[in-house]
This record gives sequence, C-alpha cells and structure tokens, in this order.
Amino acid sequence: MTPKRSEIARQFFEAIPHSQALGMQIVSIEDGKAEMTMPYDKRLIGDPVTGVIHGGAVSALMDTCGGAAVVSHPEAPIGTATIDLRIDYMRAATPGQSIVAKATCYHVTRSVAFVRAVALDDDRERPVATATGAFTFIAQQDAGSAK
Amino acid sequence: MRRPTPEPVQVIKQRRDAALKALVEGVPYIRFLGIEFDRRGDELTAVLPFSDMLIGNPVLPALHGGATAAFLEVAALIELSWSILWTEVETGKVEASKGEASKVEAGKLEPVQLPRLPKTIDFTVDYLRSGLPRDAYARARVNRSGRRYASVHVEAWQDNRSRLFAQATGHFLMPFNDG
Repeated sequence: MTPKRSEIARQFFEAIPHSQALGMQIVSIEDGKAEMTMPYDKRLIGDPVTGVIHGGAVSALMDTCGGAAVVSHPEAPIGTATIDLRIDYMRAATPGQSIVAKATCYHVTRSVAFVRAVALDDDRERPVATATGAFTFIAQQDAGSAK
Repeated sequence: MRRPTPEPVQVIKQRRDAALKALVEGVPYIRFLGIEFDRRGDELTAVLPFSDMLIGNPVLPALHGGATAAFLEVAALIELSWSILWTEVETGKVEASKGEASKVEAGKLEPVQLPRLPKTIDFTVDYLRSGLPRDAYARARVNRSGRRYASVHVEAWQDNRSRLFAQATGHFLMPFNDG
C-alpha cells in the first residue's frame, strides 16, 4: 500500500460518523492489517454496576477495524461491506482502559475477504474478544465488470 | 368461591412499563445509541431512531455495521432479561413493582435492584442488505433459556417487516450462574 493510499484510507475511516462518535482512532493501516483504538467512555457502559463497556461498542470497533484491514489489502479493493461477523467475548474489558482492535485480512477471493480480529485492553496477554468475519471484496481490476 | 377481582389495567401497565424502563434506562450505551422499546403485553420491539452519528458509509449513505450489530445485541439482551424478569414482575417480586405502581418512577429504581443482566458469550451478525438512513426495528426470540445458557435469535428490518436488513444469533451466560 502506497503512503498516499494508506493516508486516504486513514482519512476515510476517521471521517465515518459512527466511528467518530465512539472516539475510534487508527493506529496503523497497511497491507491487509489494521489496528484501531477506542478510549474508555462512560457513555459506552453496558453494565452500570461494574462500569464495563457494552459488547456492542466492542463489536463496532471490531467491525470498523475489519473493514479497514480489507481496504488496505494490496489488491486495492474499491470498498467493502460486512457480510457476516462473529464475535466471541472472552472476558469483560477492564473499566477505565482503552480497547485496541487488531484485524488481519488473511485471505481474499475475487469477491470475498476473510478477516480475523482480536480486541485487547492493557493486559495484552488475555484477549477481551476475538472476531471472524467475511467482507465483500471488489478488487480494482474487477470494478468495471462487477455491476 | 369467587375469583379475586383482576387488577385495574393501568396498574398492570404501569408496573410492567416501570420494570422495562428500569431495565433499559440503567444502561448508558442504550441511551447513547438512542434505542427505545415498544411494549405490547410481553412482546418487545426495539426501535433505533435514525441519527447522523449512526452512519458508517457517508457516500451511500448507510448505517454502520457496528451500530447495527450493537442494536441487535441490545435487542437480544433486553428480550432475554425481560423474559427472565417477566414472572417476577407479574408476581410483584422485583423492586420495580413494589408499593403503589402509579408512584413508581424510573428515576427511583436503581439498576442494582434489578437482577444482573445476562452476559454475551458470542454473537453472530448476518448482514442481509445495507441499512438505510432511517429508523430500524428489531424483535428477538429466546429459542432456548436454560439454567446456565440461553440462545437468542434477533431480526431487524426498516420499512418492511418481511425484508430483513440484518439478523443475528447470540449465546448468553445467565445471571446468578457465573462460571
């Protein structure tokens, strides 16, 4: 991925209204891999007793990060959309800590991109959640015929 | 022997609405997304009123897949919690139904007084078509509710009930049975 393309992808993802509302920021985006963070925010609490972030906010971060990994793939897709996403919640994220998502687009076909992602808090040894997803993939060279 | 006089309808409605309100309003993230619940008897419909901050693709425009996933997860969790709570609301065991129902205000109901929410084990979302920039609705069905685990399916639509734009299945760990 050329620096220019990676910069365009970064601007695109940081301009998404819902990602902005959740405070997501891109750490890195390159060659089918993306890393994003989401700061702890009281508005995102799902369990008022413990202050743990709602699973839905973690899903949103994983989905966005997965999409970012797809568009940064070397075959340069023109865009993507989620086909399906499965999230496994291993443990509650520690209240007060940012959540980091790391996604890898590990395989693409002409029309589908397969993605794996992991969500972590400050304890990098024990994941908060993992995800696997399939995303639509339209490579640039196919864009003309894919209508 | 005479049957006891049924409770006045407004007393029953107020008790149910207060319990539902306490369940929903205690969760900051539900407020953040603006999700509301429409109740008909024990049937719930989750409503996600459209707002610009739900957009994921400004070009189309389309709802963010993450917002859709969160909406479905909230709908599934509340439906499951509601189904667990229902008998207790009806028998007056939960705090929300104590005292005179007409005087129960959601503000006085600490979420702590309600049973703990189930925890999501896994959640799989199936995106069927892109979410349009308008209100979305979801209804969840508890397919299996055991002592320890529950399986819940949820469907979401916008203009036509028969044209789903997303569906999901989730497994949940029931409260009071941690581990």
